[in-house]
Amino acid sequence: MPRIPLTWLAQHVTLPEGASALQVATDLSRVGLEEEAIFGAQVTGPLVVGRVLDLVKEPQKNGKTINWCRVDVGPEHNEAQDDPKDPQPGEERPSRGIICGAHNFVEGDLVVVSLPGTVLPGPFEIAARKTYGHVSDGMICSGDELGLGPDPDGEDGIIVLGRGHARGLTGEPGDDAIALLGLGEEVVEINVTPDRGYAFSMRGVAREYAHATGEAFTDPALEVEVPAADGPGVEVRLSDEAPIDGRPGCTRFVAQEVTGIDPTAHAPRWMQQRLVLAGMRPISLIVDVTNYVMLDLGQPLHAYDAAELVAPITVRRAHAGEKLATLDDKPRALDPEDLVIADAGAGDRAIGIAGVMGGASTEVSAATKDVVLEAASFDPVTVARSARRHRLPSEASKRFERGVDPKLPAIAVTRAAQLLAEYGGGTVSAARTDSGADSVQGPAPIALEVGAPTRLVGVEYTREQVREALEKIGCTVEDGPAGDGPAEGTADGGGSFLVTPPSWRPDLRIREDLIEEIARLLGYEQIPSVLPQAPGGAGLTRAQKSRRYAARALAEAGLAEVLSFPFVPQGVFDELGYGPEDPRRDAVRLLNPLADDEPLLRTELLQTLLPVARRNLGRGQESLALFEVDAVSRAGSGPIPPLPAAQRPTDAQLEAVQAAMPVQSRHLAAILGGASGPDSWWGSGRAWDWADAIDLAHRAAAAVGARLEVRGREHAPFHPGRCAELRTDDGTVVGYAGELHPKVVKAFDLPARTCALELDLEQVISAAPAVVSAEPVSTYPLAKEDFAFVVEDSVSASAVEAAIIAGIGDVLESVHLFDVFTGDQVGEGRKSLAFAVRLRSQEGTLSAKEIGAARERCVQAVANAVGGVLRA
Amino acid sequence: MSETPPSPDPAAVTIDEPTIGAAVDAALAAIASAGSTAELKQVRIDHVGDASVLSRANASIRDLPKDQKAFAGKLVGQSKGRVQQALAARQAELAEAEEEAALARETVDVTVPVDRRPRGARHPMRTLQDRIEDFFVGIGWEIAEGPELETGWFNFDALNADPNHPSRSLQDTLYVAPEDSGLLLRTQTSPVQIRAMLERGAPLYIACPGTVYRADEFDATHSPMFNQVEGLAIDTDLTMANLVGTLDAFAAAIFGGRPITRLRPNHFPFTEPSAEMDFRCFNCEARLGLDHDADPACRVCGGTGWIEMGGCGMVHPNVLRSAGVDPEEYQGFAFGLGIERILMLRNGADMRDIVEGDVRFSQHYGTEI
Repeated sequence: MPRIPLTWLAQHVTLPEGASALQVATDLSRVGLEEEAIFGAQVTGPLVVGRVLDLVKEPQKNGKTINWCRVDVGPEHNEAQDDPKDPQPGEERPSRGIICGAHNFVEGDLVVVSLPGTVLPGPFEIAARKTYGHVSDGMICSGDELGLGPDPDGEDGIIVLGRGHARGLTGEPGDDAIALLGLGEEVVEINVTPDRGYAFSMRGVAREYAHATGEAFTDPALEVEVPAADGPGVEVRLSDEAPIDGRPGCTRFVAQEVTGIDPTAHAPRWMQQRLVLAGMRPISLIVDVTNYVMLDLGQPLHAYDAAELVAPITVRRAHAGEKLATLDDKPRALDPEDLVIADAGAGDRAIGIAGVMGGASTEVSAATKDVVLEAASFDPVTVARSARRHRLPSEASKRFERGVDPKLPAIAVTRAAQLLAEYGGGTVSAARTDSGADSVQGPAPIALEVGAPTRLVGVEYTREQVREALEKIGCTVEDGPAGDGPAEGTADGGGSFLVTPPSWRPDLRIREDLIEEIARLLGYEQIPSVLPQAPGGAGLTRAQKSRRYAARALAEAGLAEVLSFPFVPQGVFDELGYGPEDPRRDAVRLLNPLADDEPLLRTELLQTLLPVARRNLGRGQESLALFEVDAVSRAGSGPIPPLPAAQRPTDAQLEAVQAAMPVQSRHLAAILGGASGPDSWWGSGRAWDWADAIDLAHRAAAAVGARLEVRGREHAPFHPGRCAELRTDDGTVVGYAGELHPKVVKAFDLPARTCALELDLEQVISAAPAVVSAEPVSTYPLAKEDFAFVVEDSVSASAVEAAIIAGIGDVLESVHLFDVFTGDQVGEGRKSLAFAVRLRSQEGTLSAKEIGAARERCVQAVANAVGGVLRA
Repeated sequence: MSETPPSPDPAAVTIDEPTIGAAVDAALAAIASAGSTAELKQVRIDHVGDASVLSRANASIRDLPKDQKAFAGKLVGQSKGRVQQALAARQAELAEAEEEAALARETVDVTVPVDRRPRGARHPMRTLQDRIEDFFVGIGWEIAEGPELETGWFNFDALNADPNHPSRSLQDTLYVAPEDSGLLLRTQTSPVQIRAMLERGAPLYIACPGTVYRADEFDATHSPMFNQVEGLAIDTDLTMANLVGTLDAFAAAIFGGRPITRLRPNHFPFTEPSAEMDFRCFNCEARLGLDHDADPACRVCGGTGWIEMGGCGMVHPNVLRSAGVDPEEYQGFAFGLGIERILMLRNGADMRDIVEGDVRFSQHYGTEI
């Protein structure tokens, strides 16, 4: 994201005296350019120019040789006399004694000295210190120590004025080196949203700063006078035969030749400094100038070595199988969708990926004297796709992706050519190619009712405010035809404007875009706070409330709710013992999973809750009582049919989409293992068991107003003999509860006999009756009867109970199993089930005869249904 | 022990004041010295029982000459009454003391652990989501929900996201295989807004909480799975001022204090105008108003005085069109906030703890946050 050095910004817009980076960042954030970072002054304190008066080389025991120097740091900083115990070398003069380990300087050189009190990047505070037998009263600095990086020429250790980092610089001892080297500059890094490409330049940011503060802005693009060309230069052919979405890859291509540039010339110190502050590396005059103009105006430029370029230039899509070595010396296999710049070298060769990176074959080198400068308008989508495809997010591509002012190319090449002439002695060719210049189109005009901003924003804007705000951002505002807006005579005067956005604002396309600009410029802080009065809703839906109740019921029963990621490995289905045809294997698979070994989405909650249980045990839990209410899915029927953009799909289209969607529901699952409570003065904690799991399923269902019926059933991942199938009243299977299979217990390192339950909560909720009908409360006396039936082991208690209920009929109030007995008295393979039955009539007191008849019906029904015999 | 009655002779009792008075005195003395309800029971037998002086005196009244009956009756009746009264009073006194003693013997140490079954907990994210839902229900909105596996059209196209928008890339969005499935894990709850508009039309006031997914790194503040709540209000004349009003009310409900929200211009494909919303810090001095400086070391706002809460704006006309709402008739606002972020700021929770499923994290909160 762009870095804005304050002094550079100040060249285009007035900055108040002493404006800090923080203040500038705050101002910019008000108009929507968010602060990403603030870089303060890199160096503070007495960093000065010093002249090395004398030095002696002193070899050390460690093999190093150090320089003991007498340095003149200016009258303000020099000590008048040497320390008599530690005299400096040479004749005694006002100076400071400094130790230096570098050897790239001699007596008489001007160097950069950080005196005690200076703070270097790190931060690293300089103090006088005793070292190598002397007191070093400061430090002679290298570029690295000052945060400037290694010597650009790769020669020097410490900085010597006139060379390397300090090329072109000179000074007197005592001069402030912070200002000299530009180390006091503050920089704001901002975040530019994708719609505001123009703000990827000093020009754009300065404009926005003016909007935020009202300070005077000077458009640097308008300061460049583009001379009329005396004819076309290098021939350029725009021949895009495969535009993306109908937009040609290149709409304008300006080429400008500059010849006779001194290859030894360097960019001026101020330009290099600005590049560094903006986060770029100075390289050579030609490259630096193209980068500088790009940062300043926002138009990416490319310089070709004219000696290597073979005209004509063609802008086309890459050929199948075509290859290109880019500037970073990496070979790139081009995609036929890549837009390339090609020349006639070797007949037809790519010399750059348009808007992304140039090629090595025509790269400017240390010997380059003649260049062809390119400034073009490339399609944002084409550039974005190429940059992503080749993983080359270059400075150029970042700008093209967001859109570059189509009026800039000629201005930018002219400016760059001027700088090459000024600092490199180049000659700017009077000819200039401008392919596609005629097709340059600004954004289309937009009709805006004068009252529309007020209606959308809720601030009473006047007609003048609306007009001024739009003009400030560069729009042309004309009075349009009277629209459907408020009548004449209202505060805004009614009527409408016809607004033509400036060339650098391709993002302004509709009325609402303009309204945002008006609200933004006049300040979002103007917007009042008014809570709207909704017509009144129906509250939470039954399902929404029921989900809360179910979760609350389990929490009240002592379980802790947790969350888990929905991603599962392929192997989990085998681990849980699902059969090969189990529909729960039909999971949705991710194309780009977060982890390659977890490519599927859970089809049941236990698949992800069991690993969570294991994690809890690993962290020291000794028992388990946890649950989750969350989404599960199963793969749908196939690809989703596409729908149209920006228009309502038809109902038939929506139905087709719905039919192809994965099946999604919300489940509730719980895991219970180990002791249900601690051992204490009352004895040991009771172990959770299969019955608790089934009970909790019943409680969750009851909490939402539903009833579950239970049947024994084999179902993974449960113990084959200890698993309950749970059904709603209409027979729909909605879940399972019971003890987990010992293999599963082992696979997840769970406590022995860990139990679990899983319910399709949405189905349970929908099984609850909408209205619970009342049942009359009888006040007639109660009759209690007990029954014990001997049945085969295979007969379930629920079957006996069902027979009792059916047999006794109306007068049955409740039935409750109170004992299960097996043993010699009832015989091998049989069991005795004892039930307490309460009888009561709605019509009157039950007579002994009626009770006897009920008993008889009960015994008969159990005998008929399950072959049960009343135990004597 | 109770004192022995003065006259053992069961037959003859002289009914005169000295005799009766002595019997009463003896009874009262015995009552006073009874140390338990059991002793008192014996005193009752001895002094007002059938064999007692008073009872025998009473019985012998009917044998007295007529002229003495009244005097004797009165004397014996009143005397017996005094004794009975004293008995009742002493009985109450002793019973009370005995009950106290019995209860004292039953004293237990109430500080021993009582958690036969430890308490459970809801996940604080769910509790917070409930609370957020209740706020919106309270201002008359409804809660809308939709699937986590969504189509590209609902998650992107209908929300006016450019076909080349970077958020659609495999680096940002988790897609369903195969490549042409048209499905993804929703990256926002905004598709619920589209579904709600298609199903219910306008006017519409809904909040959409739910889980969303991004191909994000997992660290102390980020997770590839997190929860959002989005609000959408569509009506004939809703403005940005209504957006600000709703955010202010929400901030007050969730964070308390005097709500101050700030909008900063931003860009989102689905809103125009768009804004980033900041809430004034609820934690440090800054909460007292714009004229109070933030604490530079504030955990919540980092010394800026503001908390970035999410994006918002006026719904883009293309979004309304996709959802079958006429943008010339209706307009409205939308906003989105991260629920984990609220929990992190409000309660100081760590993202990893929120999603890793450690029961201790939930248990700490219980069922309220």
